[in-house]
Amino acid sequence: MEQNTGKIIVKNLNAYFGDNHVLKNINITFPEKKVTAVIGPSGCGKSTLIRCINRMHEVVLNARVEGEIFLDGENIYPKYIKDVEPIEIRRKVGMVFQRPNPFPTLSIYDNVAAGLKLNGVRNKTLLDEIVVNSLKDAGLWKEVEHKLNHSGVSLSGGQQQRLCIARALAVKPEVVLFDEPCSALDPISTAKIEELMFKLKEKHTIIIVTHNIPQAGRVSDYTAFLYLGDLIEFDKTEKLLTMPTNKMTEKYLTGKFG
Amino acid sequence: MSIKRKIISKIMMTSTLLCALVTLIPLISIFLYVISKGITNINLDFFMNLPKPVGEPGGGMSNAIVGSLILVGLSSIWAIPVSILGGVYLAEYGNNKLGTIIRFLADVLSGIPSIVVGIFAYVVFVLPMKTFSTISGAFALGIIMIPSVMRITEEMVRMVPNTLREASWALGISQFRTTVSIVLKTAKAGIITGVMLSIARIAGETAPLLFTAFGNRFWNQGLNTPIASLPLQIFVYAMSPFEDWHKQAWSGALVLIMLVFLTSYLSRRTMKSRYKI
Repeated sequence: MEQNTGKIIVKNLNAYFGDNHVLKNINITFPEKKVTAVIGPSGCGKSTLIRCINRMHEVVLNARVEGEIFLDGENIYPKYIKDVEPIEIRRKVGMVFQRPNPFPTLSIYDNVAAGLKLNGVRNKTLLDEIVVNSLKDAGLWKEVEHKLNHSGVSLSGGQQQRLCIARALAVKPEVVLFDEPCSALDPISTAKIEELMFKLKEKHTIIIVTHNIPQAGRVSDYTAFLYLGDLIEFDKTEKLLTMPTNKMTEKYLTGKFG
Repeated sequence: MSIKRKIISKIMMTSTLLCALVTLIPLISIFLYVISKGITNINLDFFMNLPKPVGEPGGGMSNAIVGSLILVGLSSIWAIPVSILGGVYLAEYGNNKLGTIIRFLADVLSGIPSIVVGIFAYVVFVLPMKTFSTISGAFALGIIMIPSVMRITEEMVRMVPNTLREASWALGISQFRTTVSIVLKTAKAGIITGVMLSIARIAGETAPLLFTAFGNRFWNQGLNTPIASLPLQIFVYAMSPFEDWHKQAWSGALVLIMLVFLTSYLSRRTMKSRYKI
């Protein structure tokens, strides 16, 4: 079955904030080592969907999840929810947020090393190696190699966002979630991060939430269109953006709403 | 029109500056007055010697200086951890009824006169132990510290943006490490300022020590014996009819101010972190 080749398989997923039903019976398979874009108008549940994948939805007061998400075949929402530690899931599924959020009290080096150091890694040579490689993978190394001990917030917005990407990569996640990573950045920084996606998908499965349809077209292999908590359409990006099968998708893409 | 606006702007600017300067006047005049009165009597003897009987030259306040340091140190050791952990609870988990009650009671506690706290420590420690003691003084001073340090910790922890907590959780960092290494570290500067303010406050407290630490004229003999402290010594000397002791009281006041000044300065210096975990 083709479905089983997915890195992440979402089955009958429902998510709530209190009484507010924000995701309605979502079924979707995210393929391995591809970039999948999640698009849709504001408030349609895009961010909630990806926050379910690293168990971050539940950190909000009164938020809850029903249904199943399989990561490499393992259900991260088992019947006895305590069987799965959210911490373990989050080490496999990294996340980059909408606004760059480096730790202001830490140096550039320690920002990248934080996920390892605070999980007990003390081996200096190993840390050095991972920090350098993560910064290189995030395309930031050349700009910061001489000021690793400077504060993380001394960088520009675009650099901070790449620092956050390096920080997420340092924990060696298999999946990286991007929650509108470029919405607070200028076009040049945006282009740099989009370029990065192509390199990252060699090693990682990537899911990116975006408001920007051309961006989805540029970076993604697959696209999912959500509307008011329903998954309307999911297909190869070139197909979905050029020949959507659903009327609603077509309306959204042509700017009739959203 | 524009000229009128500029004139009003100048007037307002000048008056805000003047008001800012006015707030400095009490501090500077106290400083200058205490220095002018106290500096003449400051010498090595003052720091090295124990108090001597009236008329005998060369008496000092060494025991009171050390006593103050001991009292402030002991109260800090128990009160600061309690207050900081309490403040973290209020900020991170305290959005419930229990949190509201604790917050209200802490505000009430901070409004209780310090002499009443002294009486409480007297009942809890001095009466059962049948002696004035260091430990009862540290207990009273610690109680005075708790509400302010706890509330300032809460405020500072609340000011840490939630995006930083989420960033930390998303890296698979545990709640404990997130709170200690990310949240408290980010809030550190503000918390330390709050701690310093309350240390400065208890260093100058006299009333709660009157019937707890009580004061003495020799070196401290242990936790369960009376202990001298600068404010107590100043109080006793300033109330006395002797000119000699008045001079010593002024010098004691000067030393007390300097100690408070020094602790704030040093803590600010060490606080400038080097962005390390």
